[in-house]
Amino acid sequence: MANTPRSRVNLLSKAISGTHSSTGGSTLLGYIGIDTIIEQMRKKTMKTGFDFNIMVVGHSGLGKSTLVNTLFKSQVSRRSAGWARDEKIPKTVEIKSVSHVIEEGGVKMKLTLVDTPGFGDQINNDNCWEPISKFINEQYEKFLKEEVNITRKKRIPDTRVHCCLYFISPTGHSLRQLDIEFMKRLSHSVNIIPIIAKADTMTTEERQEFKQRVRKELEMSGIEFYPQKEFDDDMEDKSDNDKIREAMPFAVVGSDKEYQVNGKRVLGRKTAWGVVEVENPNHCEFAQLRDFLIRSHLQDLKEVTHNIHYETYRAKRLNENGGLHPISSSDTQESNL
Amino acid sequence: MIERPDTVVPSIAQRNLEGYVGFANLPNQVYRKSVKRGFEFTLMVVGESGLGKSTLINSLFLTDLYSKDYPGPSQRIKKTVQVEQSKVLVKEGGVQLTLTIVDTPGFGDAVDNSNCWQPVINYIDSKCEDFLNAESRVNRRSMPDNRVHCCLYFIAPSGHGLKPLDIEFMKRLHDKVNVIPLIAKADTLTPEECQLFKKQIMKEIQEHKIKIYEFPDTEDDEDNKLIRKIKEKMPLAVVGSNVVIEVNGKKVRGRQYPWGVAEVENGEHCDFTVLRNMLIRTHMQDLKDVTNNVHYENYRSKKLAAVTCNGVDASKTKGQLTKSPLAQMEEERRDHVMKMKKMEAEMEQVFEMKVKEKKQKLKDSEAELERRHEQMKRNLEAQYKELEEKRRVFEEEKVNWEAQQRILEQQKLDASKTMEKNKKKGKIF
Repeated sequence: MANTPRSRVNLLSKAISGTHSSTGGSTLLGYIGIDTIIEQMRKKTMKTGFDFNIMVVGHSGLGKSTLVNTLFKSQVSRRSAGWARDEKIPKTVEIKSVSHVIEEGGVKMKLTLVDTPGFGDQINNDNCWEPISKFINEQYEKFLKEEVNITRKKRIPDTRVHCCLYFISPTGHSLRQLDIEFMKRLSHSVNIIPIIAKADTMTTEERQEFKQRVRKELEMSGIEFYPQKEFDDDMEDKSDNDKIREAMPFAVVGSDKEYQVNGKRVLGRKTAWGVVEVENPNHCEFAQLRDFLIRSHLQDLKEVTHNIHYETYRAKRLNENGGLHPISSSDTQESNL
Repeated sequence: MIERPDTVVPSIAQRNLEGYVGFANLPNQVYRKSVKRGFEFTLMVVGESGLGKSTLINSLFLTDLYSKDYPGPSQRIKKTVQVEQSKVLVKEGGVQLTLTIVDTPGFGDAVDNSNCWQPVINYIDSKCEDFLNAESRVNRRSMPDNRVHCCLYFIAPSGHGLKPLDIEFMKRLHDKVNVIPLIAKADTLTPEECQLFKKQIMKEIQEHKIKIYEFPDTEDDEDNKLIRKIKEKMPLAVVGSNVVIEVNGKKVRGRQYPWGVAEVENGEHCDFTVLRNMLIRTHMQDLKDVTNNVHYENYRSKKLAAVTCNGVDASKTKGQLTKSPLAQMEEERRDHVMKMKKMEAEMEQVFEMKVKEKKQKLKDSEAELERRHEQMKRNLEAQYKELEEKRRVFEEEKVNWEAQQRILEQQKLDASKTMEKNKKKGKIF
C-alpha cells in the first residue's frame, strides 16, 4: 500500500471535479488500491506454482526431444531420463509422460512432457492418431470426474494437455497426408501448434516458400491451429495474434550443445561449414517460438484449454448421458457415467 | 538345346612374340565398337517425396533432367505409387549414353503404405521379362536393355535408424536389383551424428540380412584401397544442388545457408563425389554386369523352373520357352495358322450375320411397299367413288339445267310469239 489515508484525503480534496463517463464506469476520485490485486495474485501463484502439460507429436527422428530440452533449457525429455538412445521403434503408438518440477525466479512449474513414440513410423499408419485422441479425452474425463464430485479437492490436479506441438517434416514440398489427417481431427480438442522441425535442412528461400505452402494447405483444409482466430478477445489481441499467425509455423532447430562463436557461448549445431545458432533469429525461429510459447502465451494456452476445449468436451459428455451423477469422493471407480 | 563342345583345356603355353603382331589393338577395337553403339544405363530412384531425389539426379548428371515443378498445395499427394520413366540421351567426349531414370512418386507418402513396393517390383520384373522374351526370340537383332541396373534408395536423415518401411522395401528388392542406400539431405546432420547414423544403418542392414550392392575386389592394390574407403563410408551421405555459389573466390555448387555454404563437391561436407565417381566413373559397367549375371539370371532361372516344373506353361509368359529354334518355328507357324483359322471363322460369322440382316431389311421394305400399294389402291378407289358421285350429281344437274333451259326456251318462244302477235295487231290498226 503506497498511500496512507491522509494522503488519500488530500488527493480527494484536490480532485473534486470527477466526471461520470457515459458507459457507467466511474473514474476514481483517488487511489484505492485495486491494482494491487496483480501483486496478490503473483504472490499466490508463486506459492502454489502451476502445471503445464505439453505434448509432442511427430514421427521419430524429427528432433522432438532435443527441442523440448532446448525450450526448457534442461534435460526434461524422456530420452535423458535414462532411456537408451537407440530404442527400437515401437509397433504401436505409445504415450509416455515424464514430469519435472523446474523453478525460476521463485516460480515453480510442474512441467509434464507427453511423448508419442511410434507415431507415423509404421508402414501402415491408419488411425495412429487414435491413441493420442483417447489420451487427451481421458485427461478431460479425469478432470470432469473430479469436478463433478460432491466434495471436491481444493486444487484439482490438472493433467489436461495444454498444448500439442506438431512436428512437420521439412520435405520442402508440402504437408504429408498424415499431417493433415492428424491436425484435422485434433484441432478441436487440443491447442495444436505446428512446427517445422530440423529447419537447418532448408535455405532461407526454401524455408519461406515451404512455410507459405504449409500455411495455405492448413487454411484449405480448415485446420485452426493455436492461436485460433475465433478466440481473439479484442483488437490488441487480434493484432498480436495476427502477427504470430503470419509467422507460423515456426521453423526451429534444437540443440543442447554449446559452441563458441565470436567469443560467445551459444547453443548450436556445428557442421563442417558453420555453426547453426539456435537462438539467432537469422538462422532459425526458435527464439520466436520460445517467446511465444513461454513468455507470452503460456497462461493463454491454459485458459483456452480450460475454457474452450474442456468446456466443449464437458458439454458433449453431459448431453450424452443426460447428465452426470455426482459421486462422493470415496467412490472413485466406475459410476453411472 | 544346343550343346557346347566340351572345352578341353590343355595347358596353355605362353610364348613370346618376335615382332609386333598388332592384337594389342583389340581393346581399341572393342572401344570403338562400343562407342559407336552407345551405352545404356537405367537408374531407379526410390524414396519418400521431399528427400531431394530429383535434385540429386540433376547434380549427378549436371543437367536439368527433371523439369518438373514441385507439387503445389493444390496437388494432392498421389494415392498410389506410380512408376515413371524418363529417357535422355547425353553425350560426352564422343560417347553416347542413353540414360533412363525411373522415378517412383508417391512412394511412402500415404497414410497406409503397405505394399507400396509392389508397383516397383512389378516394374523391375516386367523389364526383366521383356529382356527374357527378347532374348528368346528367333530374330534378336535389336535387343534394347531396359533392365534396371541400379536402385538408389533414399533414407530420411532422422539420425536414429532405418524405418520399418525402409527395411521392408530393401528386403524385397535386394535380390532383384542392385540396391545402393543413400542418406538424403545429409546437410541436416553434423559429422558426429552422421557417423552414428551410418553405423546404426549398417548394423540394421546386417541384422536383417539385406544384401546391398557390394563393390568387387580387384587385383589392383590401389583400387582395393579406394574400394575399402568407399565401403567404410557406406551408406553414402549425399547433398544435391545445381546452384553455383561463390566461396572464397571459387565457384562451387552448394547450398547457401545464413551460417555458411554446404558445398556439394567437398569431400568433407558430404559423400557426393564418392557417389558420383563410383556410380559413373568406375562402377557403371560393373553394375550392369552384376545386373546381367546375377539378378537377371536369378529371375530367369526362377521363371524357367516354374515352367519346366509344371510341364505346362503355368506362368503367363507370352514368350516361347521351348528349346530348339525349329520347334519354335513350328509352334509359331501353328499359332499363326490357328490365328488365321480363328479369323476366318470370325469373318464367316460376321458375313452370316450381315446376310441375315440384309434379308431382314429387304423383307421389311417389301412389306412396306405392299402396304403402301394397298393404301394407294384404297385411295384411288375412294377417289374414283368420289368422282362417280360427282359425276352423278353433275349429270343430274345437267339434266335439270337442260330441262330448265328448255322451259326457258319455251317461255321465250311463247313470249316472242305473243310479241309478234301484238306487233301484228298493232300494225293493222
